[in-house]
Amino acid sequence: MSWQKAFLSQLVETEIFVKSEQILPAVKLWQIDDKHWQRFAEIAAENKMRWAAGWAEQIDRQFYVHACFEKSGRYILLRATVNVSKPEIPSQATVYAAANRSERHTHDMFGIEFLNHPDPRCWTRHKAWGKHDYPLRHDFSVHGLPTEITPPDTGYHFIQSHGVGIYEIPVGPVHAGIIEPGHFRFQAVGELILNLEERLGYVHKGTEKIAEGRTPEGLAKLAGRVSGDTCVSHAWAACMAMEQAAGVEISLRAVLIRGIFAERERIANHLGDIGAICNDVAFTFAFMQMMRLKELWCRTNYELFGHRSLMDKIIVGGVAVDVTEAASKFMLTDIEQLRAELADLISAIDLNSSLEDRIYTAGYLSPETAAHFGTLGFVGRASGQDFDVRRDAPYAPYDSVAVKVAAENQGDIASRFWVRYKEINASMKLIEQFIEQLENLPEGDLVSNWQTPKAESYGLGIVDGWRGEIISYVRFGENNTIARFYPRDPSQLNWEALEKAVLNNIVPDFPVCNKSFNCSYSGCDL
Amino acid sequence: MLNTFKKIFTVGIVTENYKAPHDAELETLGIEIKRRIDQKFTGSLAIRAVDAGSCNGCELEIHALNNPFYDVERFGIHFVASPRHADVLLVTGVVSRHMQTALLRTYDATPNPKWVIAMGDCASCGGEFGTSYANCGAVSNVIPVDMTIAGCPPTPLVLLKALLAIMEKEK
Repeated sequence: MSWQKAFLSQLVETEIFVKSEQILPAVKLWQIDDKHWQRFAEIAAENKMRWAAGWAEQIDRQFYVHACFEKSGRYILLRATVNVSKPEIPSQATVYAAANRSERHTHDMFGIEFLNHPDPRCWTRHKAWGKHDYPLRHDFSVHGLPTEITPPDTGYHFIQSHGVGIYEIPVGPVHAGIIEPGHFRFQAVGELILNLEERLGYVHKGTEKIAEGRTPEGLAKLAGRVSGDTCVSHAWAACMAMEQAAGVEISLRAVLIRGIFAERERIANHLGDIGAICNDVAFTFAFMQMMRLKELWCRTNYELFGHRSLMDKIIVGGVAVDVTEAASKFMLTDIEQLRAELADLISAIDLNSSLEDRIYTAGYLSPETAAHFGTLGFVGRASGQDFDVRRDAPYAPYDSVAVKVAAENQGDIASRFWVRYKEINASMKLIEQFIEQLENLPEGDLVSNWQTPKAESYGLGIVDGWRGEIISYVRFGENNTIARFYPRDPSQLNWEALEKAVLNNIVPDFPVCNKSFNCSYSGCDL
Repeated sequence: MLNTFKKIFTVGIVTENYKAPHDAELETLGIEIKRRIDQKFTGSLAIRAVDAGSCNGCELEIHALNNPFYDVERFGIHFVASPRHADVLLVTGVVSRHMQTALLRTYDATPNPKWVIAMGDCASCGGEFGTSYANCGAVSNVIPVDMTIAGCPPTPLVLLKALLAIMEKEK
């Protein structure tokens, strides 16, 4: 890639020396000195690279600090090492806002100090472990030393505002609806939102820690529960990483089935979200109709594959269930029906002026802000971020089809609504294409033979889930066990953009703004 | 507007008939009842859903209860916005330690008499996450539980049957 050459020479000019290694067709590992960590980010930002993910891991007496960048579908996995005795590295959050919470998470979990970080508050840690305990260090036991009752996290300093008529609204962690827990702190004047601050971490379940020591099968199950609405894509990303590490090729049949499952998951969630957006502006007709379509879709999953949200159907080395000819036929008729239903519904919804009044121009996220936070998926695509892993860094089976990406620039709730609708249509076409390819395939293995990977081997699974790009890092230890697992859900980046999208909206519009983003709490808190 | 009415009429009513399960059926459904709602109960059940560390898989199926196929409200079951309005806490998740106090406070805020249903494998027995530095494990490790529903996640049908079962009078 030409930009990488120019970028490298620019680095050499600033005396940043890079040890480069091509680890995957689309990914290069670049190792640099820790003192250049921030300077690298500055040059990367000048080169318009997107900051995609950051995590660390402990190898003996050292920490490997990672950051993942992307440009034009090519990824750079950046690595620096720091000593456990003095774990310090310059922060990239000064350059990339997207790195802010990620670095705070790494600090809370490893005790790595990010120098000059703009926000010194803890993020993932509340009161379940001590200030000087770091759960992901090797010397921290998975059981920790919890007190009988973990006290609430009362010491977090929210941004304060002063002035006549300004008031504060604390919301959560237990919300009024049936949703995941998190805390939102609003500053408002009258109905207008002046500022929103999110405080998450309530559903921190130690996912990264309890992954350690698992078998590959066990990790696939856990990955499917990183975010329960993204069972397929998270399991896929984790399995992809494990398969890379072990050098296991999966069959074309299995890969096509994975593609079908991932697109079915996207459709199910988008149907639900479109309905829920309508519900949040009290348009019950559309809500009930979309929930009906989603239910039918989930029932097909259950009848054909044995689980309504296809949990545990992606397993390491392949898939747990075949798509038979009968199943293919069933799915094709299902798609025909869904098309006809959506055609009816969308024309009815589109003509509704009260819906229009609520979702157009509300919750505006400008393309600049979207780029600033590295937003992904339908949130990014509705604000001009024309990126999709399936098209820009295609992995099988998407390398065999043309993926059409719905991108818009308006950046409002309506835009996110329509991107979802377009994605449903695109996904239906993809499923049809995958089924067609499947029909022309001789019956093949669903699961490839597993080979025990060498200790220290690692992989990076990058897939496009229904919320956007998922990056999953897996490193193996001895005897086929997992030494490190880090899944980066797209929500981690989209959450911060939500804080900006709600500004100058009215407080009663927060639920619909929030729904139009529909970020995962579980996938973010880990 | 005509499009809307046309759709409503052509789709018709999709709501399905469901009855409370027999005692023998409960076990196959993975439902365990420790205490039913007692005689004084008048037939309407207000539920406060609390995610205490779920992956969001269970929440999706709770949502499904309100879709037109299950239409849970026709049985007098409705979801309320505050624990102060609730008869039942429907708790999902493995109770993360960061949610422990919130769950205890929600429990305390629920007026007596109250019932707690632990929904899903995580809430019933710890599931895939179990007890750790970050999780308390099953809901019963934190507050008393009157019913558990197995499944990852339980299907809306099982969930609906469980709710109907806990409302049934002791025979």
